[in-house]
Amino acid sequence: MAIEVRDVNKSFGTTPVLHDVSLDVAAGSLTALLGPSGGGKSTLLRVIAGLERPDTGTVRISGVDATRLSPQRRNVGFVFQHYAAFKHLTVFRNVAYGLEIRKRPKDEIRKRVMELLELVHLEKLADRYPSQLSGGQRQRMALARALAVEPQVLLLDEPFGALDAQVRKELRTWLRRLHDEVHVTTVFVTHDQEEAIEVADTIVVLAGGEVVQAGSPAEVYDNPANPFVMRFLGPVTEIDGNLVRPHDIEISPDPVEGGSPAVVSRVVRLGFEVRVEVEIGGQDAWVQVTREQADRLGLGPGDAVHLRPIPGARSLALAL
Amino acid sequence: MAKHALRLVAVAYVLFLLVLPVILIVWRTFGDGLGPFVEALTSPSALHAFKVTVTVAGWAVVANTVFGVLTAILLVRHRFPGKRLLGAFIDLPMAVSPVVVGLALILVYGRFAPFGGLLESWGIQVIFSTPGMVLATVFVALPLVVRAIVPVLEELGDEQEQAAHTLGASRLQAFIRITLPGIRWALGYGIVLCLARSLGEYGAVAVVSGRLVDQTQTLTLFVEERFQNFDQPAAFAAATALALIAVVTLLLTKLLRPKDRIDGN
Repeated sequence: MAIEVRDVNKSFGTTPVLHDVSLDVAAGSLTALLGPSGGGKSTLLRVIAGLERPDTGTVRISGVDATRLSPQRRNVGFVFQHYAAFKHLTVFRNVAYGLEIRKRPKDEIRKRVMELLELVHLEKLADRYPSQLSGGQRQRMALARALAVEPQVLLLDEPFGALDAQVRKELRTWLRRLHDEVHVTTVFVTHDQEEAIEVADTIVVLAGGEVVQAGSPAEVYDNPANPFVMRFLGPVTEIDGNLVRPHDIEISPDPVEGGSPAVVSRVVRLGFEVRVEVEIGGQDAWVQVTREQADRLGLGPGDAVHLRPIPGARSLALAL
Repeated sequence: MAKHALRLVAVAYVLFLLVLPVILIVWRTFGDGLGPFVEALTSPSALHAFKVTVTVAGWAVVANTVFGVLTAILLVRHRFPGKRLLGAFIDLPMAVSPVVVGLALILVYGRFAPFGGLLESWGIQVIFSTPGMVLATVFVALPLVVRAIVPVLEELGDEQEQAAHTLGASRLQAFIRITLPGIRWALGYGIVLCLARSLGEYGAVAVVSGRLVDQTQTLTLFVEERFQNFDQPAAFAAATALALIAVVTLLLTKLLRPKDRIDGN
């Protein structure tokens, strides 16, 4: 294991932030810490980096107990949401910083920095200052800076959180590809489930300072541990006291076995996807169908329909 | 109409309080040409006063710079009991009259005070000597460096320092290579302000120095003493020299201040 976190507790003043958190991160993996804001995921990342000290519990990095080590001695790369660029240094000097601290020979630094700048596509901007870069470029620079010292683990704290939607999507794909190239064990914090599912090979869901579930994106999406995880990972709707994914529901105009009667209240066309809002047992629910299905059924407000989960659909019973 | 009246009042105010006196001093100084000015400033007493002023102001600036940076970091980056009290104490010299500061220092470091007596027995004379004058000057100029860098440190945040730590920098390395360059303009501004205040200090230094001519006489004390002794050319020449230094420092602060904003974004 590249990172082993055991029974970590952490409070800020009287506010508990992490409660008995244990976590294993496999070497070479790309893990997402996913959860709502205030769930403790950033604090956990900072505990791993040594930027926060846990009240109790241990952190081991590559088998070495790092709980009492300062961030300076942990050899982790850390990327901040707001880049933390060294404003008075050029892009080149930013990336070279860790190597200069380690007093590496000038030629070696130059070679390594240029390699990294090529990796993050900033080789032409080496002499610029951070203020002359866009947000996405600054974050790529921060990533190169963190990778320069060949860290044992790379930690990213909401790395794309400050970027606009378009750049965020680009950088996501790019991070995934970069990880396939460099293979450094990476943990990133996000509150965006789509980002976690798209980029990570392991998702750890954190809420209320506790690990709620950990697994591959498919596992967490298809077999959520509880209604909270199911709601957080994707769209849900409620039929007959069960939490179901809206794309796992079958609509038919005629009564079917195991089906429940419902009345269509609205049909919203969102491009390829059509959202059918219904009233079932006095409650509002919705079903996601393709445009082709919607056209075949010819649904309109007021139509009586029958709903049932498709065979093999995952649903969670809600305790009433 | 009201705008014009307001403008007139403002111009008259500045004219009578500031422009006229300064012009008159310069006029009186250079009225007989450059010769008497140079002569008055190169007399042994004037040169000695210069030397004392530079020594006292120099030490005061060094002390306040070191103390100011450390205190500002303490106030911005750390949480500890008594933090607000410390913040309030820093501003105290702004409110207390320098004469009071001087008297208070005599009460602690004077020859007949317990602590002053102890130092005296070790051969260290504080009052009526350079150490006392440095102490007094340090006290009156205390808040200037701290207050100049605190807002910039706050705006800078500690993420850059944390990033430096994760990259392997020690606290000292992060301070020298990341924090210090980040606050350099504000620090320069604070130092210049501190220097100006130290060079111009009169009240507290007057009390603790004993005003010994050719011994503990600073340039401001020299001006006053020459004026009292009807040596107006020397008094005016030294006053003009002080005013010129003030103008230069003012220009320096103007140069340093706008850059701070560019640096901060």
